[in-house]
Amino acid sequence: MFNNLSDALANTFKTITGKSVLTENNVKEAMEQVRLALLSADVHYDTVNDFVGEVTRQCLGEKVLKSVKPSEQVVKVVHEELTRLMGTEEAEVDVSGKPAIIMMVGLHGAGKTTTCAKLANFYKNQKKKVLLAACDVYRPAAIDQLEALGESINVPVFSDRSTPDVVQIAQNAINTAKSEGQDIVILDMAGRLQIDQDMVQELIRVKERFQPGEILLTADAALGQEAVSVATHFDKALNISGIVLTKLDGDARGGAALSMRKVTGKPIKFITSGEKVTDLEKFRPEGMASRILGM
Amino acid sequence: SSVDKWDESTYRQLESALISADLGVSVTQKIIADIKESYSLGEIKTSEDIINIATTRINAILSSDNRPLNENPTGPTVLLMVGVNGAGKTTTTGKLAYKLKQDGKSVLLAACDTFRAAATEQLKHWGERIDVPVIAGKHGSDAAAIAYDACASAKAKDVDYLIIDTAGRQHTRQDLMQELPKILRVIRKNFPEAPHETILVVDGSTGTNALFQAREFGKACDVTSLAVTKLDGSGKGGVVVAIKDEHTFPIHFVGLGESPEDLQPFDPVLYAEAIFSKDSPVA
Ligand SMILES: Nc1nc2c(ncn2[C@@H]2O[C@H](COP(=O)(O)OP(=O)(O)OP(=O)(O)O)[C@@H](O)[C@H]2O)c(=O)[nH]1
Ligand SMILES: Nc1nc2c(ncn2[C@@H]2O[C@H](COP(=O)(O)OP(=O)(O)OP(=O)(O)O)[C@@H](O)[C@H]2O)c(=O)[nH]1
Ligand SMILES: [K+]
Ligand SMILES: [Mg+2]
Ligand SMILES: [Mg+2]
Repeated sequence: MFNNLSDALANTFKTITGKSVLTENNVKEAMEQVRLALLSADVHYDTVNDFVGEVTRQCLGEKVLKSVKPSEQVVKVVHEELTRLMGTEEAEVDVSGKPAIIMMVGLHGAGKTTTCAKLANFYKNQKKKVLLAACDVYRPAAIDQLEALGESINVPVFSDRSTPDVVQIAQNAINTAKSEGQDIVILDMAGRLQIDQDMVQELIRVKERFQPGEILLTADAALGQEAVSVATHFDKALNISGIVLTKLDGDARGGAALSMRKVTGKPIKFITSGEKVTDLEKFRPEGMASRILGM
Repeated sequence: SSVDKWDESTYRQLESALISADLGVSVTQKIIADIKESYSLGEIKTSEDIINIATTRINAILSSDNRPLNENPTGPTVLLMVGVNGAGKTTTTGKLAYKLKQDGKSVLLAACDTFRAAATEQLKHWGERIDVPVIAGKHGSDAAAIAYDACASAKAKDVDYLIIDTAGRQHTRQDLMQELPKILRVIRKNFPEAPHETILVVDGSTGTNALFQAREFGKACDVTSLAVTKLDGSGKGGVVVAIKDEHTFPIHFVGLGESPEDLQPFDPVLYAEAIFSKDSPVA
């Protein structure tokens, strides 16, 4: 197998004499390489098929057929199309509310709590006053975790260990933010399965009561084919405003990002690549396209 | 339905089912090649035959090298939990301790994640919940030192099991990976044969990256066992088939939730059948 799509494609287009030529036949072969590369990067099966269909059409068009270096041209078409699908411009983050409310949702262990602290730090550095709200009443020591993170960046944390009522906790946090003049409240919600009706209902109650400007689905970059079900369910229930892709310091290719983006149409807004509170960046589509292609 | 001829659509349906369960490209292609051969030998008449043969093949991969969890007959059995961030190590540690306790064993836990915020508190909560003692240190202190203390305490208390929870780390982070052999050395100072199992905890919703996790953790700390978590979710956890195809360590546990009782012994037959369960495009 080839490590790299470019190598695989270069090989596909080489004739026995070593010359690079393009025929309809080897475009098909090249597209099979593209397909396998995307599947190996964990892009969803159906998303891959749609993508390859589109790219094949483009490659059979004149641009590639007349190209002197067809493998490079195919890589270019694939890369551009992938970048286009990832979103062409940087997505805005809505922090206009008074206070602005950001709600973090996602599967267990995706990185929500850590990302809450990273976002708090990010906005603190933009001279915003931020309050973190500990809305995970389920996971052992979830509140301690957020409090410790808040302390490490000098951002206040609202918590209430006396009640399991998450809506009430969020309400009190938002009231506190209003009375103390905070600009942004970040709600750290517990991890949950997208198929867990009761737990998803809890999120819907919080959403309906407070209408957060941002509902960010936090997803692990190493997520497999399940990403489509996860993103679809959370989006249907909550109409999420965007996605945060985490743990990009690992070597997951992150194909899930493409599938989630495709099925929800929602932008990826941030990426994280480490456990430190500074390991957060705004999302850039070109970098992600290269990563998914293993280039 | 009957399979009259092996064509592109048969191939695609099977591929879709296997890839959608996260088996990954390479194992999927192997399994399809096998089935195609069965077809050419006339062993396949219906699409049920395809599922049966694929299930048998997956079952064979998953069952290979199966054995019970190692036990130390002369002293504490030491279990070391490792894996990437958020995979479910601490929760699996708690659940496993609960199970062993239910079996009448005495258990001690070691909180060797001194890195993540409130990791120690999380394991302590588990300890209180299931009434099992926890050896812990300060946030930011040396994890190996806590492992050392825990081994000494396990010896003194003569417990049946010592389970050591470690910090999550990406297998690509050499600096963080180097802590693992250090912990191993400290354990072996106390118990030369230990750890009796080094359990790699893999999130069942992970895609192909789990294969890289298994390779790198395998190199860094000689993984001997696998636990797959979060299978109560929609993921089929098929990547462990790819892991098993490449490695010899058995899968011992599957995690099915966040409560103490949500840990089950691994059953390759059930696991293989679940790969094709409900809305399987092949069925
Ligand atoms: N390497 C790495 N680790 C991360 C990143 N983001 C989060 N983590 C780690 O992933 C693990 C889980 O993170 P949490 O923030 O606790 O995840 P969560 O979604 O709040 O988890 P639950 O509340 O249990 O659902 C922790 O070990 C974090 O330190 C990242 O970008 N890179
Ligand atoms: N639904 C479900 N959730 C699980 C399971 N196992 C663990 N979790 C949840 O996943 C999240 C992360 O679990 P942890 O045990 O903290 O994971 P970890 O590997 O110790 O994480 P780090 O120490 O931060 O690397 C928590 O919210 C757990 O409750 C499982 O089998 N099913
Ligand atoms: K499942
Ligand atoms: Mg959390
Ligand atoms: Mg842990």
